[in-house]
Parts: sequence; structure tokens; C-alpha cells
Amino acid sequence: MIQQSPFEIWLIIIALGAGSFGLRYSFLGLIGDRALPPWALRHLRYTAVAVMPGLVAPAVLWPDATGGTPDPARLAAAIVTAGVGYYTRNVLAAVIAGAGTLYGLLWALG
Amino acid sequence: MTDTTQKAAFWIGVRQGLPFIFLMVPFGMLFGVVATEAGLNLLEVMSFSIVVIAGAAQFTALALMVEDAPTVIILVTALAVNLRMAMYSAALTPHLGAAPLWQRGFIAYFMVDQAFALSSVAFEEHHSWGLAQKVGYYFGAILPVAPCWYFATLFGALVGEAMPEALALDFALPIVFLALVAPALRTPAHIAAAGVSIVLALALAWMPYGLGLLVAALAAMATGAWVETKLEPPA
Repeated sequence: MIQQSPFEIWLIIIALGAGSFGLRYSFLGLIGDRALPPWALRHLRYTAVAVMPGLVAPAVLWPDATGGTPDPARLAAAIVTAGVGYYTRNVLAAVIAGAGTLYGLLWALG
Repeated sequence: MTDTTQKAAFWIGVRQGLPFIFLMVPFGMLFGVVATEAGLNLLEVMSFSIVVIAGAAQFTALALMVEDAPTVIILVTALAVNLRMAMYSAALTPHLGAAPLWQRGFIAYFMVDQAFALSSVAFEEHHSWGLAQKVGYYFGAILPVAPCWYFATLFGALVGEAMPEALALDFALPIVFLALVAPALRTPAHIAAAGVSIVLALALAWMPYGLGLLVAALAAMATGAWVETKLEPPA
């Protein structure tokens, strides 16, 4: 159970909200429509493919739900999702294929 | 696509944001349930989701609050989890930076993983879009996502029952993110960046406060840029 006083709880909520907004606003607010140098643009083009695979990789290989042990159903679902997404270029098809694989294997492997 | 109106771009965003309902509803509910069980009242739970609007950081803060960690540690750790938002902000600046200040304020407030993922992919795909279309798309994509987060949190806080484990909701986020990023792997540079991101994120997973992911992401961005210059020497 949470031990913090209401003051501390509100301090955390407000400071965390303000800090998150600051991070989100940082470049967008301060740089605005001034042109970024080409080398910066070249790096920023890869932000999505640089962040998202790394963000999910630990959850794919070491899922919390199994206490960090690699799980065949989750691993297979991740591979199917990425494969279908790559070859069809269709996000929804990839989600459906991945979720189908996950539930199918969780059910089959019990 | 050159004559897509702002309204049309908005509705493209709405349509592409819709599948995220399947992600936001269970996650938002989970936060509502867990936060309520941890002892927060309804107003506090809802304020978390509305003021902070960042799932991973909210769960991190909550876990540390339950452990009775010092307030400073809670804030630093949860904000470190959100550091990637600064990267999103930088990446969206070339597309949305020319928007009026008040719009940039709203764009920043709603800059969640899903908003960034959808719009960065869409803006690369639709080169011809101008500022109006991009802003329209961004707010369209947000429309199914953000309200879902609020209402799901509320529902979870009110229902207050643990979610069935059989749903394997821990894996909703990985599947959705992989489905989003895989179609964006259009060039060897993108693939190289994704590969470096995965390998380094796993190798550096021991680092505290999600710093491993930040290092991995920066190295992956540098890799993508480097491969691009190798493959396309300047004319």
C-alpha cells in the first residue's frame, strides 16, 4: 500500500506531469520551424526504428509474465508479427497474425 | 495524395489510430485497477492518467510509491523512463515545428508512444503532406488513443478487479509496436538501425532507469544515419 501523504502524492503527479510535458515540448517548442542541419535530420529519420525495437526486445525475450524465462508462445508471436508486418506492410494484419499466434500457442501449449 | 485536405488527413489518422483501442483499453484499465488497489483515490488515479498521460512512467512511479521510495527517486526514475519523449519531440520537429505555439502545446501534451509511432511512419510515407495535413493527421491519430486511456483508467479504478491472466496483456504492447515498426523497415539503413537497437537494448538491459534503451536508441540512430551515407554518397 502507498504510504505517501496526499501532499506527496500530488507533488509526484504534478511534477511528473510537468516534467513529461517539458520533455515532449522540448525540441518542438524551442526549435519550432527553424531548419535543423542535414546530419541531425539524417539521425532523426531513424528514431522510430531505433527506439521501438529496443523498447520491446526485453519483453519479447524475458517476459515478466513468466518471471523472465523465454516463452515459446510470446517469442513466436513476436516473430510472426514482425514477419507479417514486414512482408505485407499492413499494421492491422500484423497485429491480428501476432495475437492469433500468441493465443493459439498459449492455448495449445497450455 | 498531393491534394489531401486537412480533414481527409485527420480521418486517415483516426482510422489508423483505431486499432490502438485494443491496447489502450486493457492498459488503462490495468493502471486504474493497480493504482486503486495500491491505495490512491479516484481523483488521484484519474489525475495521474490525465496529467502525466504516459503509461510506462505511470506504472514506474506507482511501483516506486508502493515501495515507499523517496519522492526525488520516484520523479527521476519515472522521468528517465519518459526521456524517449524528448527524442520523439526532436523527430517530429521537422514536420510539426512550424505549427502555431498553442497547437505545439497540445501536440506536446499528447505526444505518447502511439502518436509518435503512427505519425512518424505516416509522415515518411506521405512526403507531399504539408503542415496542415500533418497536424490534421496527428490530432486524428490521437482521437481514439487519448480518450480511451482516460476512460479505461476510470473504468479500471471503478471496477477494481484484477484482469484475467489468460489474456496475456503484458504482450499487447510488444505486438502492437512490432506491427508498427516492421512495415517501416524499408531500407537497409532502417533494418541496420533496428538490429542495433535490439542487440544493444538486450545487452544493456542491466542499466538502471531505462538508460540502456537510451544508449541503444542513440547508437541505432547513428547506425541508420551512417548506413544511409554509405549507401547514398552525396552527389
